[in-house]
Amino acid sequence: MSVLVNKDSIIITQGITGKAGLFHSTQCREYGAQLIGGVTPGKGGQVVDGFQVWDTCEEAKQKCNANVSMVFVPPFAAADSIMEAFEAEIELVVAITEGIPVIDMLRVRSFLDNKNKLRAEHGKEPLRLIGPNCPGIISPGQTKIGIMPGYIHKEGAVGIVSRSGTLTYEAVHQTTAIGLGQSTCIGIGGDPVNGTNFIDALDLFNKDDQTEAVIMIGEIGGSAEEEAAEWVAQNMKKPVAAFIAGQTAPPGRRMGHAGAIISGSSGTAESKMTALRNAGIEVAVSPAEMGSALKNIYKK
Amino acid sequence: MKIHEHQAKELLTKFSVPAPRGRVAFSVDEAVAGAKKLQEDFGIGLWVVKAQIHAGGRGKAGGVKIAKSIEEVKSYAEEILGKTLVTHQTGQEGQLVRRLWIEEGNPPETEMYLSLVTDRETKSISLLASAEGGVDIEDLAENEPEKLLKMSIDFSTGWQPHYSRRLASFLKIPMKDEAGLSKQLHKFMTSLYSFFVQNDAEMLEINPLCICGKGAEAKIIALDAKVNFDDNASYRHPTWAELRDEHEEDPAEREASKHELNFINLDGTIGCMVNGAGLAMATMDIIKHYGAEPANFLDVGGSATTERVREAFKIILSDKKVKAVFVNIFGGIMKCDTIAEGVLAAAKEINLNIPLIVRLEGTNVEKGRALLNESSLKIITATSMADGAKKAVEAIA
Repeated sequence: MSVLVNKDSIIITQGITGKAGLFHSTQCREYGAQLIGGVTPGKGGQVVDGFQVWDTCEEAKQKCNANVSMVFVPPFAAADSIMEAFEAEIELVVAITEGIPVIDMLRVRSFLDNKNKLRAEHGKEPLRLIGPNCPGIISPGQTKIGIMPGYIHKEGAVGIVSRSGTLTYEAVHQTTAIGLGQSTCIGIGGDPVNGTNFIDALDLFNKDDQTEAVIMIGEIGGSAEEEAAEWVAQNMKKPVAAFIAGQTAPPGRRMGHAGAIISGSSGTAESKMTALRNAGIEVAVSPAEMGSALKNIYKK
Repeated sequence: MKIHEHQAKELLTKFSVPAPRGRVAFSVDEAVAGAKKLQEDFGIGLWVVKAQIHAGGRGKAGGVKIAKSIEEVKSYAEEILGKTLVTHQTGQEGQLVRRLWIEEGNPPETEMYLSLVTDRETKSISLLASAEGGVDIEDLAENEPEKLLKMSIDFSTGWQPHYSRRLASFLKIPMKDEAGLSKQLHKFMTSLYSFFVQNDAEMLEINPLCICGKGAEAKIIALDAKVNFDDNASYRHPTWAELRDEHEEDPAEREASKHELNFINLDGTIGCMVNGAGLAMATMDIIKHYGAEPANFLDVGGSATTERVREAFKIILSDKKVKAVFVNIFGGIMKCDTIAEGVLAAAKEINLNIPLIVRLEGTNVEKGRALLNESSLKIITATSMADGAKKAVEAIA
């Protein structure tokens, strides 16, 4: 089994009538995803390239029983759209949108955390957000919910979790090249405040039968990698390889991603790599060696 | 986005956060006129002349002076305006002072430290405070963490009186006194927090936060103020455009931002053009791994046009330190032929006389490679990221 998504996932796209939303919805459908339609307020009732459009998530949920939403809504309305999807009880929201203000994401997290506390009291599974500012999630051979190029993936044994988009493609390429393929690839996004984090993804991979090993790709900024290292040391049953981008990044500068910034002495690549190594994780020193790092530990 | 101290104070004042009154000045005459106006309007007889640059550490570098007369304001203004201040945050080249802030002098009785930041760890806005002001907060956090109070503010409730009580208690501000300092602190913090949220700040530092005046006259004042805004929120703050000071920015980075490119100037000799922030950082890392230094960080983005790629290429080549250029593309949304077209267009405009190493992978890779092969440009092609980095390092050896 893959994690979070599979061939049975029923998907809608919020912002489906926009250029990027429509293009990538079409690409996902071609890959084999059950992407039925989408939501654009004010355009309900239209059919665009074979996709049914609804005005609200609630309506979409009623009509097609979607359990996943892919968000392409522009930054000014994205946070509201994410919350709308959760209010409609869509279980997984994959937010591709880049450039959502941090304050808006604090609001989303606060909303989501409170909702999940109540759900837990009622014995319900938590709602989950992936992203924002991420390439999405793909289970090769089953479904693709995001903007990654599908053809580089190969169904297989490696779970990949990453803060970066194109660097994930690099890892995919390398694991495909060594013949292992991927179970599921999760882009958790480059923003400082996001939904799913490394530990959430590692936990899912740990429990997944298909996944035999994991590559995690971190970058400078924050302490999510250090926290993940601690979790791995205590809980992870499968081998993990890692790479941290930004070993040469100057302090105090934001390296493209809103979350990629070294503040003072915290968030450096060095501290992250040390923490990962101490947890028994095989750390690739060069981004070209993620595949070979994995191979080193995979044999054992 | 960073703004100047005077802009931060003017904005905070509008949000009822008490800060010293002052006037901005771009010339010595304006500084004198500003000081006189403060004297006439408010009876002020003590002034502080403060250099306005985005970097911290101005005081130690001689950029902050206390003046006891208008004549002193004039002579300090003459001294500081046009001076290049070198602080621990400016680098060796320093930063030229082009504007001053002339404010009322408020000799503090007590100096404290206060900041608010968006906190990725706690998914909230966090407050840092210390009863010692004017300190280097990172030193304090490292050496005397017990002197720091860290509080995460529940985002769903916002600032509440219980946070103020805890803060007052930590700062040893009495709950009851003739000046009503704890009430002042609560009002100050309520205003500051709402300023932070409504203005999409990502960092706000009051260092020092002061108590000025004695007994019943004691007042809590933000004696200094530093604010960074979240660039992602600029669409809902049209006034930010006026607050931006282009003199404080690197010229190449300014040019890059006009073309929506993520660009950061570095000290090395290999120029990099990459799609995606993570891959762009990793490309810098791999250049270093093979023994050279990157000249820049550049993410052309996922949806770059031929035009944008051309501009990116021109910006890289405008740096005279650059001895070779490494183009590393893993096309997802970005198509390899678009990159190839942009590189060719830029090379045509500029006489390219340094080695160009190109690694293309992903969407439309065959089309992209064919375009480069058909051109008359001398291009070193690479089969992988490692191969490209090695070839780039060899090319400058």
